[in-house]
Amino acid sequence: MSDSRLLIFAWGNPSRGDDALGPEFLRRIELLAGEGVELLTDFQLQVEHAVDLARRDLVLFVDASASCAPPFALSRVSVQRNLTFTTHAMSPAAVLYVYRAVTGREPPPSYQLAIRGNSFALGEPLGASARDHLEAALALAASLLAEPTPGAWDRHVLHCG
Amino acid sequence: MTFPLETAANPGNLRRVAIEPVSRVEGHGKVTLLLDENNRVHQARLHIVEFRGFEKFIQGRPYWEIPVMVQRLCGICPVSHHLAASKAMDQIVGVHTLTPTADKMRRILHLGQILQSHALHFFHLCSPDLLFGFDADVARRNIVGVAEAFPGIAKKGVLLRKFGQEVIRVTAGKRVHGSCAVPGGVNKHLSAQERDYLLQDADEMVDWSREAVEIVKRLFAERKDFHNGFGYFRSSFMGLVREDGALDLYHGGLRARDEHGQTIFDHVDYSHYWDYIHEQVKPWSYMKFPFIRSRGTEDGWYRVGPLARVNNCDFIPTPLADAERKAFLEFDHGSSTQATLAYHWTRMIEMLHAAEGIRELLADPDLLKNDLLVRGERTLRGVGVIEAPRGTLIHHYRINEDDQIVRANLIVSTTHNNQGMNEAVRQVALQYLDGQELTEGLLNHIEVAIRAYDPCLSCATHALGRMPLEVEMVDCEGGAVDRIGREADGAVRRGS
Repeated sequence: MSDSRLLIFAWGNPSRGDDALGPEFLRRIELLAGEGVELLTDFQLQVEHAVDLARRDLVLFVDASASCAPPFALSRVSVQRNLTFTTHAMSPAAVLYVYRAVTGREPPPSYQLAIRGNSFALGEPLGASARDHLEAALALAASLLAEPTPGAWDRHVLHCG
Repeated sequence: MTFPLETAANPGNLRRVAIEPVSRVEGHGKVTLLLDENNRVHQARLHIVEFRGFEKFIQGRPYWEIPVMVQRLCGICPVSHHLAASKAMDQIVGVHTLTPTADKMRRILHLGQILQSHALHFFHLCSPDLLFGFDADVARRNIVGVAEAFPGIAKKGVLLRKFGQEVIRVTAGKRVHGSCAVPGGVNKHLSAQERDYLLQDADEMVDWSREAVEIVKRLFAERKDFHNGFGYFRSSFMGLVREDGALDLYHGGLRARDEHGQTIFDHVDYSHYWDYIHEQVKPWSYMKFPFIRSRGTEDGWYRVGPLARVNNCDFIPTPLADAERKAFLEFDHGSSTQATLAYHWTRMIEMLHAAEGIRELLADPDLLKNDLLVRGERTLRGVGVIEAPRGTLIHHYRINEDDQIVRANLIVSTTHNNQGMNEAVRQVALQYLDGQELTEGLLNHIEVAIRAYDPCLSCATHALGRMPLEVEMVDCEGGAVDRIGREADGAVRRGS
């Protein structure tokens, strides 16, 4: 288990068009992330990722979104019984809930960066608009990494809202 | 070929109910029911929008890229595709026997995949239904509800899956998109540190897997008639077995037995699977219907996956899982051996086998050796078959003289089980929906039957804001008369 205090967890399928936004974000952010930041990726957000939240001070979840307002949406994630009917589309809020249920501890302050995508067909590259949205999200990420505290990130949430 | 309730006699006079997509399965499925004015079921079908873009996706790519590329087909079982493709590429590079290290590295990777996939399926897809009941409040009937009511089970489920993922990460070298298997062998072996890291938890994983088997066994014993009778029908089974008849999830010959346990074929070399299995197209479904050629389209359909494998093998080569196999076969004089919900029971027996197998392999010094690759004489065709978590997975490729893929054919376990899942849907429709007013709880019964097979629709797109569930009732004129929707956050919405 890493002791990095900040976890950035991005997910998506790199071969499915704009679903690659999450992994691509992570690849690009690697240049900006310094020590104390761990970058993790996977195809999907799943229950076992609750284990990755242990001993973190701050967590940023990043995924493509088919419904958020372009170019992106930043929000604070609360622990809640997010009653999805499918673990296939498990939400960050539900992962936080599983973390609390299985460890008995409160999860670290967590945020969700949803980057707007439009097309998710197999074999397609990132679309032009998704690339623009990615650049905007990376600019925000630079600000988040400059001051990685819940207080500073909350101000960005307000600003994005 | 038609089956009872597959096609209604007078569909124009009937009401259509569509459940789309089926919840808690990967990708998108749709169930349509044609009901008359008295809610009597006249037709029930499971439609699956199967992914067919794969051939185009890989056409023209060099063959050695394929084992890595195919992992992007599916977010739940990428390792299965990786290994099936690698076995096909072994044939293309003319390799028929791997080094002991390569064989065992692939096997432990595969067992890690089986363990994590079965843990996810049971604890996070099916245990909510089994532990709370199919009619329980939908707000409770999910993994979060399990975590709240049964924190011990939920915790072990999370950690079992995590351990399986760790086996994959350590063996494949990466958490996702690992590249352990390459044509003719593997590209890494385990270090002593990696082996010791995994060994730390291996005993506990075996213990927890035993507990998981006990949970399902107890649930069956408590409500034997219900669990045996839910969506019940008889069928043939098919899967790989080892040369001595043992369960072997990585390699073997194809064995098929009919609904009475009589052998149809045995120890068949899968390199010529098309001599034994054909696929039928039906106009109402995108997904093909495979059948055993010698028995024809009417009687040749079969099921694959944990239930098929545990029934078909002569023994399981790890002691605890084999004891559980015997207990399963002997339970109530064998009454569960064809039960739809027995997929859960046998899946947990296989999870125990995977945990035992991982522990056993970690003690094998061959995993630490550096003899990784074999070379042979290149050919233009390769077939790889593996027993993936959900069942038999066939990868078949042709290449040209420039080493480029020119043709690919995949038969995934969900396709093998197409007829079986449709049959389960029809049985549940007759048992629970016929003549009844439709409710969310009743509709969930159909989903429970489908989830027993754990269809994997090779759809790893899961962007936020997607995956609604919608049920639409349509009258004989084609107009929507009612609609009920379940959003991705679980909220239920009625009306248009």
